[in-house]
Amino acid sequence: MMKTDVGMKNTSETARDTPKAQVRNRHVRMKKVLLYAAFVGPALLFFLTIQIAPFLMGVYYSFTSWNGVSSSIEWVGFDNYVKIFTSDEKFLNSFWFTTRFMLAAVVISNLIGFCFALLLNGPLKSKNVLRTVFFIPNVIGGLLLGFIWQFIFIKGFSSLGNMTGLSFFNQPWLGDEVTAFWGIVIVFAWQISGYMMVIYIAALQGMDRSLIEAAKIDGASPLQMLTNIIIPLILPAFTICFFLTISMAFKIFDLNISLTGGGPFNSTESVAINIYDEAFQNNRYGLGTAKSILFFIVVALFTTFQVMMTKKKEVES
Amino acid sequence: MREKYTKKTFLLEIIGILLAIIFLIPFYFVIINSLKGFSEILLDAAAWPKELLFSNYAKVWDVLNFPKAFMNSLMITVFSIAGIVLISSMAAWKMVRTPGKLSSILFILFVSAMVIPFQAVMIPLMKLGGMLGLMNSIPGIVLMYFGFGVPLSLFLFHGFVKTIPLEIEESAKVDGCTQFGVFWRIVFPLLKPITVTVIILNTLWIWNDYLLPLLVLQDAELRTIPLATSSFFAQYTKQWDMGLAGLVLGIAPVIVFFLFLQKHIIKGIAAGSIK
Repeated sequence: MMKTDVGMKNTSETARDTPKAQVRNRHVRMKKVLLYAAFVGPALLFFLTIQIAPFLMGVYYSFTSWNGVSSSIEWVGFDNYVKIFTSDEKFLNSFWFTTRFMLAAVVISNLIGFCFALLLNGPLKSKNVLRTVFFIPNVIGGLLLGFIWQFIFIKGFSSLGNMTGLSFFNQPWLGDEVTAFWGIVIVFAWQISGYMMVIYIAALQGMDRSLIEAAKIDGASPLQMLTNIIIPLILPAFTICFFLTISMAFKIFDLNISLTGGGPFNSTESVAINIYDEAFQNNRYGLGTAKSILFFIVVALFTTFQVMMTKKKEVES
Repeated sequence: MREKYTKKTFLLEIIGILLAIIFLIPFYFVIINSLKGFSEILLDAAAWPKELLFSNYAKVWDVLNFPKAFMNSLMITVFSIAGIVLISSMAAWKMVRTPGKLSSILFILFVSAMVIPFQAVMIPLMKLGGMLGLMNSIPGIVLMYFGFGVPLSLFLFHGFVKTIPLEIEESAKVDGCTQFGVFWRIVFPLLKPITVTVIILNTLWIWNDYLLPLLVLQDAELRTIPLATSSFFAQYTKQWDMGLAGLVLGIAPVIVFFLFLQKHIIKGIAAGSIK
């Protein structure tokens, strides 16, 4: 504030002499403000109307008994939040499922993505084709992927089981809690690991080659190179990839709906599905918004905590 | 710098190709079975079809109302992206070129909104959308995508504008160009690499998006490809002959888009995530 005041004094001092100049100065300032509004305004307007306003409305509604239909919206204080923690076992189960799913999905898809990246960073002749192949599932939306894999798990796996005799394929895929859980993890990893691979490849190619050459000359084993040189050098890529996979896995909806529909017996119902059902199937909008606000808090905490952790590591190394 | 092609590399090459085949098996299953009759699918899903039945596709084409769904998806994607690119590039440029408190506060606001999950916005948004007349209409959903698309796109443009030297713009200003002239004739063409990234990231998101269209577009006439496919699946549960042909139709456009532009897409995705 101080700085701008001083700046203004200086400019007005030089042009103080005539009232005409003062008018012109005001005119210039006015024009600057208008131009700023013309350029930034549209983006800000849409952003505030579509994201910020509903978000703030949601905070308010989470303290009400709004049902989406009746015009009277009653203030109920923390009732919705209390209800969620004390009597909504289904919601807590969905949180537990989503957390377990996120942990499994993040580890597996990053592991596969990173291994693919190491593989394709070598002098393979087919690397461009392979990169394309591994990336393809990522361009298909989660909804269609879920339907595709429903068929693979139910029909495809059973015929692969007949062909190979492997018991892995002969399980009741999607039919019980365990296979449904791992089913979603498998499809998620199939979709996302190509994406992670692309980011890891970009990081590997941006590495300082001289460090690797030096380590080679010093006789470092491939494993030593990996853990002592390569991984520390590309830690920023890990930050990005973990951030992306955590938030994608935590918000899973489309894939979940089309692959298992939350079943069997709600065992694979994600938080996003639970919120959707609460609001748009049960018409309990107040309760639904309270859940969505909790969901927001958890997502925000998870992602900032993770970014802080890996950033700290980056500084240390 | 090129590493030598040794026996070990050859072995790795074989492993890579095997992995790629495993990765592609789901597509093999879906495509061959979409050309079979229902009983043949039940008999053995892995076998090659005895004869290629294209009649599944003909039936599904009509049931899905595929041309309509395709056009709806296309219009929504194209208009949303045109708007997102326009408003976020303009805002990003002006914010970088007007350093100060206001610009930095706005920037932090835009960026921090990226952690808000859609679920935390969607319920009141439906009420607000109803009040503003945005529901059940393609222009309405396009305007909503403007709002959701701005933060990431603005963030990417913002980072890129900072790398453009100021001198170019200043010489244009001296030549008597207006602000809009400077932006359109000088700055916007320079933004092309990041514009490509923004277009690609938003295309993949909007084309494949399911939840927002599900909430906003109720008319069967307005269905996008994901919506048409999911209501089709609800109707024909476990009728895999029809279902798989529908899935192949549903994923074909985006796969074609990807294969044509794969170099740009992979580069754009990498650039977009690293920033």
